[in-house]
Amino acid sequence: MVEIKNLHKTFGKNKVLNGVDLSINKGGIFAVLGPNGSGKTTIIKSILGMVIPDSGDITVLDTNIKQNSEYRKNIDYLPQIANFPSNLRVIELIRMIKDLRKQTDDDVRLIDVFKLQPFLNKKLGTLSGGTKQKVNILLAFMFDSPIIILDEPTTGLDPISLIRLKELIANEKKKGKTILITSHIMSFVEEVADEIVFILEGKIYFKGSIQELKNKTNQMDFEHAIANILTENHV
Amino acid sequence: MFKILKYCFFDLMRSSWSYVYFGFYLLLGIMLLFLNNDLSKAVITLMNIIIVLVPLIGTIFGVMYYYNSKEFTELLLAQPLKRSSIFLGQYLGVAFSLSMSLILGLGIPFIVYGLFKSNAIWDFSLLLIVGVFLTFIFSALAFNIALSHENKIKGFGYAILLWLFLAIIYDGLFLMSLILFEDYPLDKVSLIGTMLNPIDLSRTLIILKLDISALLGYTGAVFKQFFGTSFGLIISFSALLIWVGLPVMRIIVKSKKKDF
Repeated sequence: MVEIKNLHKTFGKNKVLNGVDLSINKGGIFAVLGPNGSGKTTIIKSILGMVIPDSGDITVLDTNIKQNSEYRKNIDYLPQIANFPSNLRVIELIRMIKDLRKQTDDDVRLIDVFKLQPFLNKKLGTLSGGTKQKVNILLAFMFDSPIIILDEPTTGLDPISLIRLKELIANEKKKGKTILITSHIMSFVEEVADEIVFILEGKIYFKGSIQELKNKTNQMDFEHAIANILTENHV
Repeated sequence: MFKILKYCFFDLMRSSWSYVYFGFYLLLGIMLLFLNNDLSKAVITLMNIIIVLVPLIGTIFGVMYYYNSKEFTELLLAQPLKRSSIFLGQYLGVAFSLSMSLILGLGIPFIVYGLFKSNAIWDFSLLLIVGVFLTFIFSALAFNIALSHENKIKGFGYAILLWLFLAIIYDGLFLMSLILFEDYPLDKVSLIGTMLNPIDLSRTLIILKLDISALLGYTGAVFKQFFGTSFGLIISFSALLIWVGLPVMRIIVKSKKKDF
């Protein structure tokens, strides 16, 4: 589904990706983890074509993404920071994205799930951070694409919405979709992720299940396993 | 691209800025026409204002819109849309809405005044055409600057500097070089020099159309000989078109390589 070969990217003098190879060939939930500045967001943005890599190839559903934009109709993306044009109303934003992408009726269901009805006619600039994140989630989940990328999906959510989000993610997984998640909340990752992709200094340091990670680091719980990698590599 | 153009256009049409800009031209048009009563003088005054103000507003507005719609742009980038259509759509949205404020703001008072019955209609149309060209040129230049600079303050600084250079400093340098080399034949040089600056080019086009080139002395005669002919007119409009085309091309090229 997603195939990354020898990806390099430098921002100014800062070498962020240093030959990343990653192949995800099946459905399931993949958590992309790593310390701050390890290149998680850069990898995700490269898959989305927002960051242009210096070298290397990325294929999404057997299409090379270079100079291509159509493949993005197969990807639903939840950006890290929910910033929207502030003088647009919620309902207008939803209509606009539908108009730009394709028509769907899923938004009605999702508006109900996240109880967004009272906010539909409010301007996006006046919404609270959590409500914005709900709108963000709605936009990401309403298109039913085979690949879903979630960058820090839990930011700002209240407990009920967090439960709803987990249900939503589990449902999408059941449909056989590939879901990429980045998060700093280890308990969330442990709960939802099937596989861990750990990035360190612009390279894939580890890829496998949580159990394999625990075995590799000789730690009983997940959080300590991650901490163990970080201390051993002097991060 | 047209969908994005549509959304940007309506977004801008709702912002108070467009109305302020529109209102300003409306007020200017009314004041000049109804308090002055001399149409050709009104057109000259308008020219002086348009030539300086339109580039300034185009530059500032272009830069501001680009930086302000950063989030919107990022949202669009994750959709199955071509980068060139995202940025061209935004650029055209800005340029169209500014042009509309200009055309409506000046057009309404002129129509009320009874423009269609007067001889000044061609002078006035040329004024508007030049104004629209300047809007398209300077908002394209502004987008170029904004695309090349992540830092807003730097972007704004360079944009203002560009306007200052083309509107004021260029003329000064041009004049000084003419004085410095006055022993040589300079008619061709000054023609080319005029072509290279869209503001100068617009000004010359209008002045010659208004038949006040006698004020320019010998240079005026040379200019009249060139710009007065249809060949000269075609060349100067091509120059304006190139001034739109080159920055637009750079927007496309630059946006393809940029990281977000």
